[in-house]
Parts: sequence; structure tokens; C-alpha cells
Amino acid sequence: MGPAIRYGDVSMASPEMRNPGIPLDLGWVYDVQINRSAVERRAETLTKRRSIKKDWQAAWLLRAITFMDLTTLSGDDTPGRVHRLCAKARQPVRTEILEALGVADKGIQVAAVCVYHSRIRDALDALKGSDIPVAAVSAGFPAGQNPFPQRVAEIEQSIEAGAKEIDIVISREHVLCGNWERLYDEVKQFREACGNVHMKTILATGELGTLRNVGMASLVCMMAGADFIKTSTGKEKVNATLPVGLVMTRAIREYQERTGYKVGFKPAGGIRTAKQALNWLVLIKEELGDEWLDKSLFRFGASSLLLDIERQLSHAVTGRYAARHHMPMG
Amino acid sequence: MRVAEIFETLEYGPAPESPAAAYAWLDEHGRRFNLFINNQWVEPSTGQYYDSFNPATGEKLAETAQAGQEDVDAAVAAAREAFKRWSKTPGHVRARYLYAIARHIQKHHRLLAVIESMDNGKPIRESRDIDVPLVARHFYYHAGWAQLMERELADYQPVGVVGQIIPWNFPLLMLAWKIAPAIAMGNTVVLKPASYTRLSALLFAEIVAEAGLPPGVVNIVTGSSRAGGMIVSHPDVDKVAFTGSTEVGRILRRQTAGTGKRLSLELGGKSPFIVFDDADLDSAIEGLVDAIWFNQGQVCCAGSRLLVQESIADRFLEKLRVRMQHLRVGDPLDKGIDIGAIVDQTQWETIHSWVQRGLKEGAEIFQPDSPVPEKGCFYPPTLLTNVEPSAAVAQEEIFGPVLVSMTFRTPSEAVELANNTRYGLAASIWSDNINLAIDVAQKVKAGSVWINCTNLFDAASGFGGYRESGFGREGGREGLFEYLRPAWQKRPRPKLDIPPDADRAELSARWAEYVPGRPAPLGEIASRDGKTRANGAVPPLDRTLKVYIGGKQRRPDGHYSRPVRGPDGQVVGQVADGNRKDIRDAVEAAHVKAGMWASDRWADRTPHNRAQILYYMAENLSARAEEFARRIVEMTGCTLKDARKEVDLSISRLFSYAAWADKYGGTVQETSLRGVTVAANEPVGVIGIACPDEYPLLAFVSLMAPAIARGNTVVIIPSEKHPLSATDFYQVLDTSDVPPGVVNIVTGARDHLTKTLVEHEDVDAVWYFGTAEGSYHVEYLSAVNMKRTWVNYGESRDWADPEQGEGEEFLREATQVKNVWIPSGE
Repeated sequence: MGPAIRYGDVSMASPEMRNPGIPLDLGWVYDVQINRSAVERRAETLTKRRSIKKDWQAAWLLRAITFMDLTTLSGDDTPGRVHRLCAKARQPVRTEILEALGVADKGIQVAAVCVYHSRIRDALDALKGSDIPVAAVSAGFPAGQNPFPQRVAEIEQSIEAGAKEIDIVISREHVLCGNWERLYDEVKQFREACGNVHMKTILATGELGTLRNVGMASLVCMMAGADFIKTSTGKEKVNATLPVGLVMTRAIREYQERTGYKVGFKPAGGIRTAKQALNWLVLIKEELGDEWLDKSLFRFGASSLLLDIERQLSHAVTGRYAARHHMPMG
Repeated sequence: MRVAEIFETLEYGPAPESPAAAYAWLDEHGRRFNLFINNQWVEPSTGQYYDSFNPATGEKLAETAQAGQEDVDAAVAAAREAFKRWSKTPGHVRARYLYAIARHIQKHHRLLAVIESMDNGKPIRESRDIDVPLVARHFYYHAGWAQLMERELADYQPVGVVGQIIPWNFPLLMLAWKIAPAIAMGNTVVLKPASYTRLSALLFAEIVAEAGLPPGVVNIVTGSSRAGGMIVSHPDVDKVAFTGSTEVGRILRRQTAGTGKRLSLELGGKSPFIVFDDADLDSAIEGLVDAIWFNQGQVCCAGSRLLVQESIADRFLEKLRVRMQHLRVGDPLDKGIDIGAIVDQTQWETIHSWVQRGLKEGAEIFQPDSPVPEKGCFYPPTLLTNVEPSAAVAQEEIFGPVLVSMTFRTPSEAVELANNTRYGLAASIWSDNINLAIDVAQKVKAGSVWINCTNLFDAASGFGGYRESGFGREGGREGLFEYLRPAWQKRPRPKLDIPPDADRAELSARWAEYVPGRPAPLGEIASRDGKTRANGAVPPLDRTLKVYIGGKQRRPDGHYSRPVRGPDGQVVGQVADGNRKDIRDAVEAAHVKAGMWASDRWADRTPHNRAQILYYMAENLSARAEEFARRIVEMTGCTLKDARKEVDLSISRLFSYAAWADKYGGTVQETSLRGVTVAANEPVGVIGIACPDEYPLLAFVSLMAPAIARGNTVVIIPSEKHPLSATDFYQVLDTSDVPPGVVNIVTGARDHLTKTLVEHEDVDAVWYFGTAEGSYHVEYLSAVNMKRTWVNYGESRDWADPEQGEGEEFLREATQVKNVWIPSGE
């Protein structure tokens, strides 16, 4: 492995600065080594090395809500379903709980609402008057097997429809066949199509075969200008796991060390419990540091997570374990 | 509002484990603990107690008894009495007791963990997630061996009463490593915990009683190092097992020398952590955290010497410094803490003075900015860079959270640096190239080698060291033999005439002083030669018997000879009278074929090839069988029939070890690792062998053959009285394709030559079959480099009996077990 190559002046990097991408550096990509058993060991002990309890737990969970891309991506999504979800996005926790915790003035709401293209309009309507952006999944979500021009056009249409964030999927084929140039070109074109809109790049890690592929694909996507890299569509058999999260966050760290650009991270799929949410926050804090604990650099993709968080917050206030049906549906 | 603030900062908060149950347990005992003998609490005869402190707070937790001689005697007597029945208890019944202990440990898992963290200062995460689960696992695993012993270890018996002394860094885990195999194999135990950390052993004592173990099988005697000395020197203790510093290990080696007590030592280390440029560097960084900041670095196998490939060193160290910023030092009972308290202020000062010394030697220091509690005994994680191998901090065990870092250029240099130490406990190798990783794993001299992982333990894998890291293994099948004796063998109880006030060092220094040989008086040589001349025949052609070094017959350095006499006292020949320089040269020659960089290293020959050579020796011996038989008659005066039988047995024995040359490679251990844990039986290295006088040919072959079959090279001192079988063997060696240097033979005064061998720091083991006094000195002097010894305490064995004269015992002495952990998964 050669010495670190710096592509940007680190001193110029700022949290607001988007990753413009860099030329594809295949030497760096091929240098990626991921040792699965070691990564798994770290993932296993990481969450046992830290324990978030009492007031800290409540505060962290409240913060977790603000990192959430509240998501619905189903064939049976209707305007009514999206409206209900968006209402929850605006008011994710019952006011009396927020008051009891002393955070009623924090304006706690989710980071974004994430839907299919056809539901962008419904979401915009439902979120009118709030500053919650609508994110759309795109570029042939979830499988990425659509004709390429169609995938680019989908991005453009979603932006035109009002999406402020775009979650694209990559062609897994390019990773599995080692076509790093084609992956790079694809993502670069998606990024161009996104223009000023932030782009999250879904790797669909459950379909990439090995952790080394995850590491290499992460790098290529960042080189191509991804604002975020995201684990999963939620449709693969295996979604966001901590070992995958470790590989991706370490790639982000390395990219930042070498180029000065900060790329965001979004685990998605299978994150359902407050405990899992805390684990992810610990992973970010430990591997990337406090600066990444910001919705400009970290998001959860989740649909049912909010319910469990709300129950834990209720417990924090009352000292009693909360019933599911006491939490307003989203 | 606190929540509102934390919401903004996302700081970590305290997450304390409750000590309530632990305090209740201490209170129920009135914060005072006595000795545990015969399943009873017994007040110490000294009337003295010693305070136990929580090193994180300085709080006094309890006081525990200081045992005196009377108490040690009582404990040993209890163990002896219990041994009578326990050793005869069926394996299945013993298995049930061990199983019950394992279950009870799990029932009290959290209490044990909390007590351990309070008493020792280790983070609750470690005591809860690592120490206590491993303790339970050790008892489960050995319950299995108790169950299987009668069938799988039918040729063995328990050793007897075992004295065990354990350190303060893993109080409960080391107790389990000691007690579980001992009682599984039918031994009874007197265990002394370390002074700083006695409480978990006392809680364990209650668990033993709760599990219904018969009285006297396990006795826990708390006390100072003087009490430890009383256990070690107690005449009715049959075996001593110790984990601790090499310094104390040396003392114990000398203290037990010549007594016939078995000894196993698990001592210090300065284990290398080797990172190659093709490693997963981020994972290697995490490995390093587990290597040197596990248990505050107070780990005998801590990866305390970072060896990183020069091409990636800067990047790697930068990553490490970033990672160190995230380590949290603080209250051991906090569930979010990485590094707890140092066990005691004394240890803190030792660590601190090492770091100061490193700085004086030119090291650069890095410690993270993260806070360290002002009160309590805490030391920050520390990295020393700019350290050369010549620096004391690169050579000596610091036993604290201090990592020293060095660089290497090539794999061979990495191995050379890794092995540039007097220790050999463990090594960790990081590379994603399987060829490189396994190659280095094979070349590193260490008992445990972790590839892309570190500090993994499991009851199924033996743990123990090479070199001055000690001898003996704990865990695995290999560990059982520390607590077993061959069924035919009684505990040797040699009579030694050493005045109690003798200066032992001086005594051994003067051992086996010797005046070189000279011609025998005329009366002792005349008759036989006279007869032949009277017959008018030509005199027999004189044979010049030299020493055999490096495949050549050489004149002895001193140019002295000694007569060899027959049974009637008549001289039957002369042999070279070797001296210390011949031994020196023989060891050098042995190293030519054993050294790491030797070309055509004997151990690297294929097992098939070594077998072929042993078969070839048998073939050549067979061709000259009659001549060898007559020589035996000439020297010993036995019947020709017996002599022929001895030659035949020797040939058979060569066949045995030719057979074993490719059938004793090791096993795959069934540990918790996903992947494989390989227990490889590696050669010990250069073995010095002093042969007995009985069976001059058979004993010589019986000792040489297993050693070289398993890849060792040897320096052999043949029977002092009857050396001619060995000197005749030169030509067998010459004609059997034995590579020069593999077998070296120096004739002369056995003890005189043995002394040089055992004092030689580049000899890895000495086997001595001589007198009780000689056995004492061999064991005493071996402490110089903690070489392995195998002595007979002056008791002879029946070399013709296959049970005594060949087999697994010989193979075990000829090998050392290296456990290589190879994880899998892509």
C-alpha cells in the first residue's frame, strides 16, 4: 500500500462542503482489505463497550429521531398512508413526553420522509408548512435493473416533482463483475442528474457477496461524488448489519483522511428497536466521531423504529414499560 | 434540564453496574474471610489478616487471612486425605461435580464479575463478557475430560496433591485454569490466590461447597508470598503449578529442584503484534486495542510490541493515535469503560518508571487527551514510538497499558524481530495474505499465535509459552498431562543431602568439577593385551575414538582421553574426554541444523524423510547387530543373549520413532473460533541428553530417536560407564544419511558435561538420566534460561519395557505445542 494521496486541501473542508468526488483511483480501490472475522469481532464488542442509560438514553433516542428518514416503500402505499406517516414525521413524539423530558422547545422532527416517486406529491402536501424534506428512492429502485437512461430520467423527474433528496441504487452487477469504471461512471452520472439535490447511494450490501466488495464499492461511490452512502434498500435478504456499517464508516473515514471530504452514512433496513438505534449511534461516535452525529452526515432509514423509541421515551418519563397501542400510529 | 443538554452534545454518561449484591456478600462475611480448608472456614494460625482494596476508589473491601505454616500443613493434609478417595472416584462422578461447579458459576455469573472488577480494577465488560464465561467454559470442558479419562487416558494416573499459585491479573480465570484440569484428573488442590486479589477465589470456595464437592478436594489458602513458599516446599505436595512473573518462576524452579515435584510455569511475555502492509489496517487497530488495552495491559500475553511494516507505519500509527482518543478510562464498574484501574499503586509506579526509562532511552510518547480519573489508580493508554529493539522497554515486560512500536521491512525481518526476545508466550499476525500469515505463524516462537485476531482463549486450546515464558500448557488435551503421571511411575522422592543453610547457587556452581582422564594404571590393562601377543598374533588395531560433532569425528578440544572399563575393571578401550568447549561446539553444530535461518533445517525436512533416515539407521544397525551385541557384552558383562535382545530392541525402537515421525503433528482444537485452531507439535529445538548407564545402546537410541524424529537436533552425552555403543554408532549415523549436526555426541564425564549443557543459554531442553544429585543440579541450573528439563531423580526405568522405554511421554518431551488460531470468513 502506498502513502496516502491527498486530493483536496483538508483545511478547506467544512461540514457544509459537499463531496465533489475525485478521479477514480483504482490503486486505492484494490488496496482495500477487509477481514470479516475481525470486523465481526469489533462489531460484536463495540456495542458492549458502551452503555447508554437513563437521561443519556432518553437524550440519545430523541436525537436519533432527528436522524431518521421516516420511510414507506410499499406497493400498497396510498395518499392516506403517506399522510399518516408525514403527520408522525412532524410530531414524532407525544407532546407530554417531550415536555416531561424538557425538550418541547427543541423542534424535534424526523430528518426526512422517504417515499417512491409516485408518492412525492402526497408527501409534499402532507408536509406543507414544515421544513421536512421529501426524499425519493430512484434510479431503478430497488433492483437497479432498469434501462440506464430511464434511471437517470427517474432522478430528474423526482427532482422536478419536488424531492429534495434522492436515494439511488447502484448496479450490483458492476460490483460483482469488478467493473469499477462502469460503477464510477454510473454514479457520477446520477450525481450530475441530481445537481444541487443531495444524493444517497444505496449499495445493497446484502447482494454484494463480500465485505471487501462493500468496502471497494463504498470507495468508488464516494469517488464518484456520493453525498451519502447507504447500506440497503430494505428489500434485500440481509439489510443494515453492524459489520457492514463498520466497513462503510471506515471507508468514509479513510476517504475523509485522504481527500478532506466528508461523506454521510445511512444504514437502512431492519432497524426496528431503540437498542439498535443506540448501537448505530455508538458506532458512528466511535468510528467517525461526534461531527458525524449530525443529520447532514448521518441518517437512519426506518419505518417502525419510531414506535419503539417512543415507548422507551415513555418509560423514561413514567418509569413504567409502555404499551404499543398507547403510541399514536405513523 | 439534563436531557436537553445531552440532546445537544450526545456525550456518554455513567452506566454503573450495581455493587449492591457484592457488598451484601462482603457484609454477610463481616468483611473478614478465613481460610477455606476441608470445605470449612478456618481461622489462620497467625491470627493475621490482610486488607483488600478496590484500586479504583482506594476503599477497603474486606480483610482476608494470612496463612502460616500450620495452616498450609492443614490444607495439604486435607488435600492428601481427600486424594485417597477423589483419585479413586469414577470419572463420571468427578464429571458430575465439575459440571455442577460450571453450572454454579453461571448461576452467580454477575456477582463473580462484580467482585472481580471491584477487587482487581478490570472493567465490568471484561469480567462479565470474557473472564467469567471462560471460567464456566473451563469447568464444562474439563468435566468432559473427567468423563473420558478412564478410556482416553487409561495409561495415566493423577499426580497427587497439587499446589497452585496464581496471579492478580485474572484472579478467577487463572484459578479455573489451575483447578479444573487438576480435579478433573483426580488430583486434589491447595490454591493460593494473589495477595491483591483474593476475593473471587473465596467466593469460588463457597461455590465449591454449594456444588457439593467433597471436603479437601479444593482448598483455598490466602497468604503472602511466604505462604506460597510454604506450599511450594511442602514435602507432601506432588506438583506445583504457577502463573506469574518469570522472576518468581525462576525462584520456584530452584526451590523445587531435585525434589521430584512436577512443575508447570506460565510466566511473562513481550509478545509481538505484527502488522503487514496487506492487513485490514482498521481491524488491526482494533486488534491492538484488544492486545494491549485489555485488562489495562496487565496480561502476560499482551501484544505489547508492535511491529509494523515500514511502508505503512506512519499511516498506521496515525490511525492508532486517533483510535486511542476514543478509549475511555475510568470506573471499572461502569459498563461504558474500556480501561479500568491498575491493580495497585505499586504496579502503577512500576509502569510509570518503565515509561520514564523509555523516554530516557529516546522514545516519543503519545497519550490521548481523554480524561483519566484523578482519584484511584489509573494509567492512561500509552504509545511509545521511536523505540529500538535494544531499548529496555522493547525487551522487558511492562505489564501495563503501554505499547512500544518498531518497524520492519520484510517478512523475514519481522520474524527476526518477533523472535528477538527471551520470551515466547504469544504472537499476533495481521495480513490478509494466507501464505504470508501462516508462514510467519510457523516461524514465530510462541505458544499461542493469533492470525488476524488476538487474545482469544478457549478451554480446548492449550495456553503456555516457549523459552522463558515457561513450560507446560493449560487447556486442551495437552494441558492434562501437567496433572498426570504414567500409570507405572511412582512419585520420585529422591534423598538429597543439602543442608538447609547451604548456599545453593554456590553448591551448583561447584557441582561436577572434574579432572580430565589419563591412562589407567598398568595392572588394569595388561592381561588382555598380553594374551593376544603371547599367541603370536598382531595386536588389535587401535581405534581412535573422538567426539562426534557436525557429522565429523573430531579430536576433543582438551586432547584428553579416558579409559572405558569392562565389568572386571579391565580397560576395554578409550574414549575422548570431552570438555565444555566440545559441548559449546556441539551446540553450535546442532544450531546449524536447528536455527531459524539454517538452510536444510532438520525440522523442515519432510516427516517422511526423517522417518526414512530413522529406518535407514535401523537397517545399518541391523547389519552390524552382532558387533554391537558383543560390544555390550564386553562393556557390561551381560550375556550375549541379553545383548542381542538389547540390539533388537534398539532396532525396534528406531522403527517406533520412524513410525512416529509422521504421526504426531498435532490436532485441530475445537474452540469457540469460527475457523480452525491448530495445535501443532513443534520441535523444542536443541536438546541436550545425558544417557543413563543401564542399557548403553538401548537407552541411547530410546532418547535420541524420539528427539530427532520430531525435528529436534541433539547433543548427547552417552553413558559415562559404557560409552562405546554410542561411539560405535558414529558410523551408523555416517552411513544413514543423517545430516551433519542433527546428532552430536560428546563422550566424557556425564555430570561435568551436563553442567555446561544445562547452563548453555542456547540449549532449549535438557534430558538427564543420572543421579538424584545430578537431577537436582540440572533442575536448579536450568533456571538460567528456564529451559525445559526431564530428569530421573536417580531412579532408573526399565528401558526394555515398552511402557517405560518408549511412547507418548518421550514424544511429549520432544515437542512443544503451538496453538495457531486461524479465523475464517470472507
